[in-house]
Amino acid sequence: MALDNITIQKRLQESFNDSVVNFHEQHGMLVLEATSDKVHDIIKFLKEDSELNFNFLTDVCGINYAEEVESRQLAVVYHMHNWFDNVRIRIKTYLNIKSPTVDSVTDLFKSANWQERETYDFYGIIFKGHPQLKRILNMDTMESFPLRKDHPMEDGGRTDKDDRFFGRTVHNC
Amino acid sequence: MSNLLLPPEERYAKLIEEKFQEDGTELQILNLGPTHPATHGIFQNIILLDGEKVIDGEGTVGYIHRAFEKIAENRPFYQINVLTDRLNYCSSPINNTAWWMTVEKALGIEIPKRVQYMRVIIMELARIADHIICSSVMGVDTGALTGFLYVFQYREKIYEIFEEISGARLTTNMGRIGGFERDWSPKVWQLIEEFLAEFPAIWSEFEGLLTRNRIFMDRTINVGGISAEEAINFGFTGPNLRAAGVDYDVRVATPYCSYEDFEFEIPVGTNGDCYDRFCVRNAEIWESMKIIRQAIDKMPEGPYHADVPDYYLPPKEDVYTNMEALIYHFKIIMGEVPVPVTELYHPVEAGNGELGFYLITDGSRTPYRLHFRRPCFIIYQAYNDIVRGGMLSDAIITLSSLNIIAGELDA
Repeated sequence: MALDNITIQKRLQESFNDSVVNFHEQHGMLVLEATSDKVHDIIKFLKEDSELNFNFLTDVCGINYAEEVESRQLAVVYHMHNWFDNVRIRIKTYLNIKSPTVDSVTDLFKSANWQERETYDFYGIIFKGHPQLKRILNMDTMESFPLRKDHPMEDGGRTDKDDRFFGRTVHNC
Repeated sequence: MSNLLLPPEERYAKLIEEKFQEDGTELQILNLGPTHPATHGIFQNIILLDGEKVIDGEGTVGYIHRAFEKIAENRPFYQINVLTDRLNYCSSPINNTAWWMTVEKALGIEIPKRVQYMRVIIMELARIADHIICSSVMGVDTGALTGFLYVFQYREKIYEIFEEISGARLTTNMGRIGGFERDWSPKVWQLIEEFLAEFPAIWSEFEGLLTRNRIFMDRTINVGGISAEEAINFGFTGPNLRAAGVDYDVRVATPYCSYEDFEFEIPVGTNGDCYDRFCVRNAEIWESMKIIRQAIDKMPEGPYHADVPDYYLPPKEDVYTNMEALIYHFKIIMGEVPVPVTELYHPVEAGNGELGFYLITDGSRTPYRLHFRRPCFIIYQAYNDIVRGGMLSDAIITLSSLNIIAGELDA
């Protein structure tokens, strides 16, 4: 029988109790929230469990929820894929923007290496245990983290492009 | 551990010094890129060499980083399409279609069968164009320029089809939310028919030049190989993964755009080396042609776009004469369209593997977050592991067989 989302949810809840919360489905994909201290173990469990078998780490990326409370302003999102039953899963973990730290999963998936570097580069999220956590797309001397919402897209001194004329404000532009 | 954080040239300078003290061997550093003919794009590889043997290497990317993810957070949905053009610029229509499909999924729009089939045709044409480049450039990098010049004419013919459909050749910006901006002219169908009639003979001849060519085989077999387990661990998808013997293809695993209606095979290799990658891509070209043929033959009647007045621009004549149309036109152009709050990941099979768009909307005119899962970016991190211990000339051919496209690498 193919693996279904209910089974995955049950298996995860059995093993991780309160560390996995907020299960729901979005466009058919199971989404869950994991606490940042357990996310490495959860990914390891998903990968190595013979029933769950999430053998492929599709994607790692960060998000900045600027409107949230401080402890939930940053998030790391992992997309995993089980190729045998063709099931995808999304794991989100929220981090405090003051000290965004999460365990690296490079020991489980080598593909996480550059993706975590990219996340660090753009959001300043520290991946503990990452072998080479340095900037990848931006220049090494850069000091801010450009995909955070408080980082302006363009130089604030510009006067030739005023988005207010187009009904845009800082928040909806 | 912390050593890796240093710039590679500093690390290597230390290694060279140590090695020289130890036994007098003179190692050297070679900059492969950022503007080296073998990189086919702007990215750098700093390689530590012992004679011609590659001891170590480190890739430096980001030379054409254009902050697309940040720009996307500040643009209405239809303006993001031009950004996706510039990811894998060898096969823009795939990226365009992937983006529209992501938006349509978020908005819950049903797409007419005819549009889906037309999209399949342009995506497969784009895949052929992408594979033509990679396979023929592999010939160039092994010293065979003839095949490259010969088949590039046909890439040109594909671009003529794109030009006829969208007006642009390379960065096509094709389509709209819900379908195409206009119906395809009879000329488009004629050009596709011509291409399908002429190209097989040309491609057979190209394959005849290289596939069983002694020199080419010697240069590529057992060079730059990667095992299936390693490939999966490194996040390989697309032809590079299939060359290692794993039959994962998004078109089959999670069919989109009615791919389930077509008969085609997924070619796989066994070794995962450069030769297998070459063969897998060549075989995929034949499969793509099969898909296009079926799509033309089965092409259903119907409209060329979905009936979604909230998102699809009204005809220009109406805009000038009809109040309602004018309002819709204005609202759509200004990005004032209803967008549900949602979050989704939509993968497609691009030229190099699984291209995914991870879109988060918050109900406003722009995405709250848009992340591109770019296959090249993920594949390229394995490069130094693959070439370590090999010859420099093998490193070059490995690079071209992985088909790293700088636009997709950096986003």
